[in-house]
Amino acid sequence: MLALQILIDGFAISALYALGATGFTLIFGVSGVLNLSHGAIMVAAAVAAWAAASVLHLDTYTGALVGVGVALVVAFATYFAVVKPIQNSRRIPNEEKEIFVLTGTLLWGIMIQELIAYFFTNNAKTVLPIIEGVVTIFGVRTPRNEIFTAIVCCLVIGLLWLLVNRTRTGKAVLAASMNPRGVTLLGLELTQIYIVVWAIYGILAGIAGVLLGMFLGVSSYSVGPLTASAFSIVVLGGLGSVSGSLIAAFVVGYLETLTAYLISPAYRTIPALLLLVFVMYIRPQGLLGRR
Amino acid sequence: MANFFTSRLFFISAACVVIAATLPLYVSGYVLGLLTVAFYFGVFAMAWDLLFGFAGEVNFGPTFLIGTGAYTAGILNNQFGWSVYLCILLGALASVVAGFVLALPALRVRGPYFGLTTLVAVLMLQNFIVVFADLTGGEIGLTIPDVITINAGANYWIALGFMTTSAAILYGLSQSPVGLVLQASGQDPVQAGALGFNIVKHKLAAFIVSAFFSGLSGALLVFYFGTASVGTVVDVAVGVNVIVSAVLGGRRTVLGAALGAIFLIVAGEFLRPTGELATFIVSAVALLVVLFFPGGFLGAALSREARS
Repeated sequence: MLALQILIDGFAISALYALGATGFTLIFGVSGVLNLSHGAIMVAAAVAAWAAASVLHLDTYTGALVGVGVALVVAFATYFAVVKPIQNSRRIPNEEKEIFVLTGTLLWGIMIQELIAYFFTNNAKTVLPIIEGVVTIFGVRTPRNEIFTAIVCCLVIGLLWLLVNRTRTGKAVLAASMNPRGVTLLGLELTQIYIVVWAIYGILAGIAGVLLGMFLGVSSYSVGPLTASAFSIVVLGGLGSVSGSLIAAFVVGYLETLTAYLISPAYRTIPALLLLVFVMYIRPQGLLGRR
Repeated sequence: MANFFTSRLFFISAACVVIAATLPLYVSGYVLGLLTVAFYFGVFAMAWDLLFGFAGEVNFGPTFLIGTGAYTAGILNNQFGWSVYLCILLGALASVVAGFVLALPALRVRGPYFGLTTLVAVLMLQNFIVVFADLTGGEIGLTIPDVITINAGANYWIALGFMTTSAAILYGLSQSPVGLVLQASGQDPVQAGALGFNIVKHKLAAFIVSAFFSGLSGALLVFYFGTASVGTVVDVAVGVNVIVSAVLGGRRTVLGAALGAIFLIVAGEFLRPTGELATFIVSAVALLVVLFFPGGFLGAALSREARS
């Protein structure tokens, strides 16, 4: 009974983590950018969906679409206003661009967080779920919304897999992550590939944010923890490896759920952090990372 | 080193310190209190710059070192009632141990991986403080029975003296042969090693020095506040402020980091009337500096001087 409950709850939260981390790792794999405004973009999507439904009184589907749209816009703004100027800057030495991108996106994330807090307060907001009600699976009462979240996450990740492996655009993205210079020699515009990747990232982060808002609720305080959890999942799985992040997301998700149910919700994040430190010691490149 | 004492930077810094030392004679206690905190923050930022600017280690967790020093000093004073100075010294030593712990992964992993390890260290410390609330005061904070002094002027002079001494030591270290080796091993560890320098030893030293000053400053700060809390010395947001200060003032300049910290604290206070938007404005200004003047305040000033 408890085991089944952990299995179901753990699956939903893990799938959500996986979706959030996939976009993050994709961006890193293709353009080498660690986007520390990730959490802010997810929260922006959730708050936009909440505002569309509660302030503008739109229906939940439109609200969710508004949320994803906002995430897309913010992701593009992040790329064009922060990441691209740093990458193209001649005053920043190449070997220091990484830390400048980290600092720049971190500041950008704080700006988004503060704007959300200013216009929509710090209070936690729960987006109205698209599907309501509760079902009982083998004696475990499960909200339909939880099942919906898990299904949408799996579907979106599946679609992403198809997009990357089966379409021409996706193959270009894959090629850019393997060898950017090779791609440009084949006559593809690297900037266009980056724009495609940021668009995919924005949509993924948006869906993850809106689902998170329906499932657990968000506030402007969740920005930091969300970025940190995506960052640690991605590093645990190996930076740039999408399949690695998927595995890591499920490991972290189940570990947290197990701790919360069996020990105490107060210790929820500790075992995952310990595991992360342990993995970094014995395998610094992460589970499936390349050196 | 010798020509530093005749350089314009030295005269300007010396003049600033002399002017700052006379402030308690004619400004209010409120301004002094603000600057006291800013000076301790300046030491945090300088210690961070030694690790980042010179050893090339992206430390996202300066508050791991600061918090360890601050909480060790606070808990010892709270539990055993030992004298303030002994507690401060032990806090700084605890921070050195923490720096040693942080240096171990740094010697194995680089770049973003190390950055994450340091971030995890902060989160672990934060969890530890919340879980062992009986000892640490948990989320409410730790009350510290003793303070160094309650005189605002004396506190200000202690902070100023401490910052000036730390600045002199850290700047001297950064310009010494050790600092150059450190800089070389941060930029190209393989080549620096091939030239026969012991990189492990130098990096370890950088971590220990940085940790010592962070911990000492953290311990002094809690005895100034009379309380230690997660929000003031451990939270990731505090660490972000330290990093932003160093980048704003100019990385790899040490003195610029202190300038950035003072600017950040004072600007935050001036923007207080704007209420919740204060953090937004400070972050936006910092982002603009990062984008358009990547060398920071001091970096921009120094490169102009070098050109003329």
